[in-house]
Amino acid sequence: VKLLLDRIDEPGLNTLEVYERRGGYDSLRKALEMTPEEALEQISESGLRGRGGAGFRMGQKAGFLPHGNMEKYLVCNADESEPGAFKDRELMQKNPHALIEGIVIASWAAEINRAFIYIRGEYQHQADILEAAIAEAEAAGYLGEGILGSEHSLTLVLHRGAGAYICGEETGLLDSLEGKRGNPRLKPPFPAIEGLYHGPTLINNVETLYTLPFIFRMGGEEYAKLGTETSAGTKVVSISGDIQRPGNYEIEFGIPAREIIYGLGGGPPEGHEIKFWFPGGSSSPVLTKDDLDISYDYDSLAKAGSMLGTASIIVVDDSHTVLEVAKKVAGFYAHESCGKCVPCREGTNWAVKMLRRVEAGEATPMDLDIMASYCTAIIGNCLCVLGDAMAMPIGSMIEKFRPELEAEIEAARQRADAVALHDVVPLGVADPHAGPMPVHTAR
Amino acid sequence: MSVVPRFDHGSRVPGWDESVDLTKDPAVIPDKETTPVPPELRQEIESAMAKYPDRRSAVIPALHAAQAIHGWCSPEAIHQVAAVMQVTPAYLSSVATFYDMFENRAAPAGHHDVYVCTNISCSLRGADKILDAMVGAAALTEREVHVRSFECLGACDIAPMASVDGEYVGPLTPEDTRQIVEDLEAGRPVLPDKQLRYRKNADPGVAEEAGEWSPRDDAPRADTAGLTDATADLDRPGPTAPIEMPAEEAAAQEDDE
Repeated sequence: VKLLLDRIDEPGLNTLEVYERRGGYDSLRKALEMTPEEALEQISESGLRGRGGAGFRMGQKAGFLPHGNMEKYLVCNADESEPGAFKDRELMQKNPHALIEGIVIASWAAEINRAFIYIRGEYQHQADILEAAIAEAEAAGYLGEGILGSEHSLTLVLHRGAGAYICGEETGLLDSLEGKRGNPRLKPPFPAIEGLYHGPTLINNVETLYTLPFIFRMGGEEYAKLGTETSAGTKVVSISGDIQRPGNYEIEFGIPAREIIYGLGGGPPEGHEIKFWFPGGSSSPVLTKDDLDISYDYDSLAKAGSMLGTASIIVVDDSHTVLEVAKKVAGFYAHESCGKCVPCREGTNWAVKMLRRVEAGEATPMDLDIMASYCTAIIGNCLCVLGDAMAMPIGSMIEKFRPELEAEIEAARQRADAVALHDVVPLGVADPHAGPMPVHTAR
Repeated sequence: MSVVPRFDHGSRVPGWDESVDLTKDPAVIPDKETTPVPPELRQEIESAMAKYPDRRSAVIPALHAAQAIHGWCSPEAIHQVAAVMQVTPAYLSSVATFYDMFENRAAPAGHHDVYVCTNISCSLRGADKILDAMVGAAALTEREVHVRSFECLGACDIAPMASVDGEYVGPLTPEDTRQIVEDLEAGRPVLPDKQLRYRKNADPGVAEEAGEWSPRDDAPRADTAGLTDATADLDRPGPTAPIEMPAEEAAAQEDDE
């Protein structure tokens, strides 16, 4: 089944004319004929779960918002920054009106009159397209006062970010949208009670909202029949890394991962084998080639000790070392940590330093235990999950590839011993991508 | 991100932590009437502020606008934004130093920004070589081309890739970096054959199930974004993901399973 990507390459689909000719905004008409409660019921019935990472049920989340006459906000999280994820980019670029329609439907179901799209600053082309689409929708009466003759009104503002991974975290996003540094907030109160400008706020990923028109077209009950029992519907999967045909593919939940990686993505380049893969972006614990027959849905991946996350599969083949990938992962989170919570701010930088020690031949196998232990000390001890997002994949790499890392440590030690004793090795200077803190050492 | 000045051997240059003159009063909100601000910048910031319930929400759009005019978030740019928005310059600096896209080091107006993605998916495909080649190519031109390694730009399907003045191009080879610089020098679109905006979806099912409605004859071709202007060459296919699997490969795979 193709829902979200259905004929998405159709020329001019980003214009209202083509989108309407396809039956666009009919779902909105349907939704506006219902009461908000009935619309919310449809969403709950569909079993739609958040596509941004946490996989929370959207109907339930929208139901948390208090009722009554007050300033409530809907925020569409289009700050797609997870390494490996690029699904929202394609959806917004090619079919922006489906997202706008989804936003109007969600705002009706949750009785919200003000909505924002927070798009990452790097997506300039996509932001231009959305801006044009919003103007078109406004002119056609799909946004604004009294939408399609109903009592619902909605203003939608596109907000461009400026490049910060942490702004994809919901409370960090809210701070950023309020014009501050994107630091996450303490929860509770959850955004559904107190979010943007202290008002109740519903935050959803692009793909979640984009799915709503398709749910209303076919009916929530019908949509729930797609996929597995607990993971309903279809999902756009982004495949990248060492893969022959990288790109976005739409799958029904519950197909084996092997079918996605080999069947759709074409597997790793010829002559290579899969070493490990991230099932849901760089934040998810890695799985190996033995896990390829796992069913690709929220619960099966959680059971296997990983997570679906943003459904961004990154494949790493046997031409790369674990250390190389671990360094990239740790370096990314060290750079993007906002600095508000100590375990994350220090822990991510520690990880980078320790991995550089491994590379420089200064580590012992005991360092792996130290790394694994402080990884567990980060998890659950910060305001948001950025630190966890580094600790989980690094921890899983140590757990699954310990022999290789130990061999790497030993090989690096022997390399380093060959260097003259008094040589000063200015680490970080030789590496143009090294972070801000050069580590100095005299051997 | 500001960089702490260091000696070659790594120690911090003395005085790096003396950021303020404690005898001076802190900078106050500049006066709205007397501060000279380019009229287009003032107008852009004011229209941004009008969109939000709280005017401070317009800080990021305002800094984007100021950076576009000044080339970077210079003290002067910050001062002008502060005057229009009526917030302190310190508040704006705190925001400007948080986000990667705001330049906090001097850069001339009209310079080119090249962000080379060096995150996981791109580095698996050789992004570090691209970055080195790009730095080398940028050093050879008279134009101001600022090359930075950037975290995931959200285009892993065209890895390794770069964003050249906001235009996503990939997959890149080290040789392409010369072409990027040449295109920038000539002021033409960068690597038009490798621009992401023309790339089609990779999913074979999308093409197969194309349905009852076929495009009008006058509908723009290829540019699925539809942003092309009427005079541009519309029939530009651009790189498409290969979608068909060779028959023998498909058979081999069925055997595997």
